Amino acid sequence: MDLIMQFLITGLTVGSIYSLLAIGFVTIYNITGNINLAQGEFAMIGALSCITFVNSGLPNLVAMILAILITSVIGFLLEKIAISPARNSSLITMIIITLGLSIFLKGMGLIIWGSYPKSLSPIIDLQSISIMGAVMNPQSIFVFIVLGALLVCLYLFFDKTFIGSALKASERNPKAAQLMGINTKTMSTLAFTLAAALGAIAGILIAPLTDATYEMGFLIGVKGFVAMVIGGMHSITGAVFGGLFIGIIEAFSGGFVSTFYSDAITFALLLMLLFVRPAGLFSRASGERV
Amino acid sequence: MKKLDVLLYGSRKKPIAALLGMVLVMPFIISSPYIFTILILIGIYSIITIGLSLLVGYAGQISLGHAAFFAIGAYISGVLTVKYSFSPWLAILIGMIITFISAFLIAIPVMKLKGSYLALATMAINIIIYILLLGLSDYTGGASGLGGIPPLSIFGLSLESQVLFYYFVWFIVSLVIVFSSNIVRSHIGRILRSIHDSEVATETLGANVSKYKVAIFALSAVFASLAGSLYAHFISFIAPPTFYINFSILLLIMVMVGGVHSIWGAMIGTAVMMALNELIRFVGHNYLNISGEIEIVVYGAIIVIVMIFMPKGLIHPISKLRFKKLTHTPKNETSKQKLFSEKGV
Repeated sequence: MDLIMQFLITGLTVGSIYSLLAIGFVTIYNITGNINLAQGEFAMIGALSCITFVNSGLPNLVAMILAILITSVIGFLLEKIAISPARNSSLITMIIITLGLSIFLKGMGLIIWGSYPKSLSPIIDLQSISIMGAVMNPQSIFVFIVLGALLVCLYLFFDKTFIGSALKASERNPKAAQLMGINTKTMSTLAFTLAAALGAIAGILIAPLTDATYEMGFLIGVKGFVAMVIGGMHSITGAVFGGLFIGIIEAFSGGFVSTFYSDAITFALLLMLLFVRPAGLFSRASGERV
Repeated sequence: MKKLDVLLYGSRKKPIAALLGMVLVMPFIISSPYIFTILILIGIYSIITIGLSLLVGYAGQISLGHAAFFAIGAYISGVLTVKYSFSPWLAILIGMIITFISAFLIAIPVMKLKGSYLALATMAINIIIYILLLGLSDYTGGASGLGGIPPLSIFGLSLESQVLFYYFVWFIVSLVIVFSSNIVRSHIGRILRSIHDSEVATETLGANVSKYKVAIFALSAVFASLAGSLYAHFISFIAPPTFYINFSILLLIMVMVGGVHSIWGAMIGTAVMMALNELIRFVGHNYLNISGEIEIVVYGAIIVIVMIFMPKGLIHPISKLRFKKLTHTPKNETSKQKLFSEKGV
């Protein structure tokens, strides 16, 4: 029992991080119709720049905020420079562009931080708490608190502010939003900035749990993508649950089968799901002009 | 009819003749083994990218997992020749057959997916195969790789010398090109292009879309497997990191940069990317004293720039030139343009 509890806590912690990335994926996907495969790289930039700031003697909170800001600016610039000019190109071209960006950012990470893994000491110092025989380390608690707070913030942002509503409108139906006078181009930039900020937060949260390297981004990015697919591509709630689900699957398959094969099991499961539901799990019926 | 054919697809013999001429002349100009290695690798990768061009450019199905099939070919060749002392040729054949069967079975469900789901599913396949390569270390040697793969030989003539192997690889590439361009010019090619434009419409016209998609996926996988076998016999040492998603991404980028709607584009893209890679590395190491894979920064930037400003790839200006040459008088331009289908040229 306590073993299961332990896996559950580990799974939810890692899953929260995937959830954050998945929220970024969903926001970008619904506004621009593109998959941003450079999403994981935002986590890498967030984590590594945060570590740099902490090591240079800034207080933790300041370092985190700075790292998030820097990553957001990078997301903003990338959208303006690379994504916006190719707005109307095909899906394959867009995927290649985001892959190119991902490679570019990875290379920049390598130049700036080198290839040696860096670690971040846990952000808050607390005693470990034991719940039903499972040990919960303070970092996990911190991750849950951040995820909860962010979800509340996102809810308020999307539902109670004007810009958020505009963003949500563009997500639901870009064409109609444009006819209502919402500038979807601006919204696309905003979506990238928001996704970059969320990615950076995810990176900062994962850094104390595993070491941060310049190539950490791709795989967690892909897992965020998987989380979005499981959650049905269209809703933030779905993406969050998808992320938590993947985290739990990973923790349990790692615990009961082998940590070595846990990724393979996760992806095999994803393939099974896709084979059963070729258009995603919670897909809505959609029409297509021929 | 023949004229129309030339107009639509360009001359068949000229590019092939030009390629063969270049291949034949190269060894008389170049003597450095380093350049030969690159030329051989360009040939090997071209085999995969030509297959990918059929899949991505003609049928419009994205794949971010072709390194997996490259791996299957390389490892079947490697394991069978090293551990069970099979003849290399038999191993290549077995590799291609196994790849065909497995790709066919994988493709039946995978090819039902569209767009980004397809990208994700093919990535997943690549990751799973990669983990299996690491995990089944009793056969594959795991992370430490598999060495001692024997070189190929034809009728007792060993292809160990680089020049001979270079000729052999490019001979195979020419065969692959002829084979692929025949597919493109046949009714299959037309169906693939119409799938690219609209699956529903193609289905409505009575073509069994999924059958063609699965077949072309399996075919491109077989090409990748053949390339993998050649790679294993050429390098004689294989290790899992070569076959990770990075390589799949690189292959797709080669196809896209060269020009996705053309077999020749795939080859040009392969050559350009490989040359670029070496150039950046050379400049970086010799003049800027940087080590590691710094070249990926320039790489990433170039990919993004090419995709934004030349989404049709580097081949596009070339094929436009050819088209200009064919249409002498501006009066005929419009009617000729109607004939001229951009895809498949």
